[in-house]
Amino acid sequence: MREKITREEVQQVARLARLEFSPAEADLLTAQLDAILVRVEHLNELDTTTVEPTAHAVPLENVFRADEVMPSLGVEQALCNAPLQAQDCFAVPKVIE
Amino acid sequence: MELTDLTIHEMAQQLREGEISAVALTQACLERIDVTDTHLNAFISVCRDEALAAAHQADERLAQARLAQENAPMLTGIPVALKDLFVTTGVRTTCASKMLADFIPPYDGTVVRKLKEQGAVIVGKLNMDEFAMGSTSESSAYGAVHNPWDVNKVSGGSSGGSAACVAARQVPASLGTDSGGSIRQPASHCGVVGLKPTYGRVSRSGVVAFASSLDQVGPLTRNVRDCAIMLQAIAGYDLADSTSVDIPVPDYLAGLEEGVAGKKIGLPQEYFIPGLDPEIKQAVENVVETYRSLGAEVVEVSLPHTKYAVSCYYLVATAEASSNMARYDGVRFGARVDPGKGLVEMYTATRSQGFGAEVKRRIILGTFALSSGYYDAYYLKAQKVRTLIRQDFLAAFNEVDYILTPVAPTPAFALGDKTTDPLLMYLSDIFTLSANLAGICGLSLPCGRSSAGLPIGVQLLGKPFDEAGLLRTAYACEQTGAWHKAKPEL
Repeated sequence: MREKITREEVQQVARLARLEFSPAEADLLTAQLDAILVRVEHLNELDTTTVEPTAHAVPLENVFRADEVMPSLGVEQALCNAPLQAQDCFAVPKVIE
Repeated sequence: MELTDLTIHEMAQQLREGEISAVALTQACLERIDVTDTHLNAFISVCRDEALAAAHQADERLAQARLAQENAPMLTGIPVALKDLFVTTGVRTTCASKMLADFIPPYDGTVVRKLKEQGAVIVGKLNMDEFAMGSTSESSAYGAVHNPWDVNKVSGGSSGGSAACVAARQVPASLGTDSGGSIRQPASHCGVVGLKPTYGRVSRSGVVAFASSLDQVGPLTRNVRDCAIMLQAIAGYDLADSTSVDIPVPDYLAGLEEGVAGKKIGLPQEYFIPGLDPEIKQAVENVVETYRSLGAEVVEVSLPHTKYAVSCYYLVATAEASSNMARYDGVRFGARVDPGKGLVEMYTATRSQGFGAEVKRRIILGTFALSSGYYDAYYLKAQKVRTLIRQDFLAAFNEVDYILTPVAPTPAFALGDKTTDPLLMYLSDIFTLSANLAGICGLSLPCGRSSAGLPIGVQLLGKPFDEAGLLRTAYACEQTGAWHKAKPEL
């Protein structure tokens, strides 16, 4: 039976999710995910052509509030857990060469 | 009887009358934690100084109330503990992850603020599965939580610390979160009451998110009355949570003793499967007989899409988790690992080293299910099946008022038993997940003991926003037995 997910796909998805795995980790992960995806295959037994998807269990629509300024954290508090900060900003490695 | 053996209800009465002080009560809890937590590992952080300061303030508030012949809020002076994903000002909040090992939040979440406003004493932050992903509290970066009834067994998860601390009488109440059973299942394994309110009943603002359409905050207590007291304190609409529902909060204590005469309870045939432990099956059947003797009608119902729930859940939840976990990138807070090769390398190194294996597994599964080419087959399909599962419940609730099921297929298993097979672990959530998918409320009530001495719980499921009815129904059964008075030997 064709596998549901390949090691290459796992590595590619890992890149999308900004994660990296050693070859051994990738092998184990691929086997585990394959087993899970084989299990979820049975969802295709169900005919859902006329079924609407549920994104939220409670029917809420258009939750708006008036566009009024309300108190917020403030710069100092917002930076208090910054691994690196400079000039009231979060400092990160260079983005553009 | 020790101070720590009192129920919230009893503590509140004695505090109001001035028979005991909040400081003495908090000290008793701190001592109990000192003595028992080396065996349980329920706590990640104990806030000794903050708790005693809050207890002093509570004593002043209670004294003023007595002078004015008024009542302070019921939770004034009551010690509570919080799963370590509730953001607390100035108190480390780790989510049991290396990613947030040194994260000290600059604000309190809404529910935390509500507890503090009512004078509750926050004693500490509780151990859990990392980022709430797990069913045994074994995936914590701070070691597993041990079951107070047998320390070689799991406490359940992901709110394992929340269940263990209440069972061990370290505190009379805790808060947990439940996305697929994470309050109800550890409550069952530890012999305490655990409630998952209807989605939208309690604010999620300041609660670190795992799966945003499934997560819900709820209390764990030793008995149903205490559970009602806790729910009363935390329920309600919150402007800061756009998924909270603006409907009035009823009085959960009024009518608690009304009983179940004339009520209809449904037993879903699909839940009584071959894999169900016979002792659990027997315990649930005993509860059925109890309800019949109390005047309720118990009938069979059908929830036809039950067998698809685990698959549906592990696509929806992991997809949502992969999105929620994207914020942990080493930029604004939490761990940062910078190999000096640029921004993307920083993200990758930070995330690969900061997250544990289960979190990474779910991020990959969720990202895959959402990725181009697979989105329709997996995530969208699962969302449609979610509709079918929800419709099953709404149809059943046209026939019955409540639904009765087991909580878990087996009692608590041994630590390390299921850690090598994630799929096996996921399948053990079968009875609890559907309530989160459907958005309804559910409660786990202690109802028995296995021959190995491990707690067995029964689950009651209720219509959206019928927590009052659910508590009333649970109370009626609870009062016919003494499970809520049992104390583990530690």
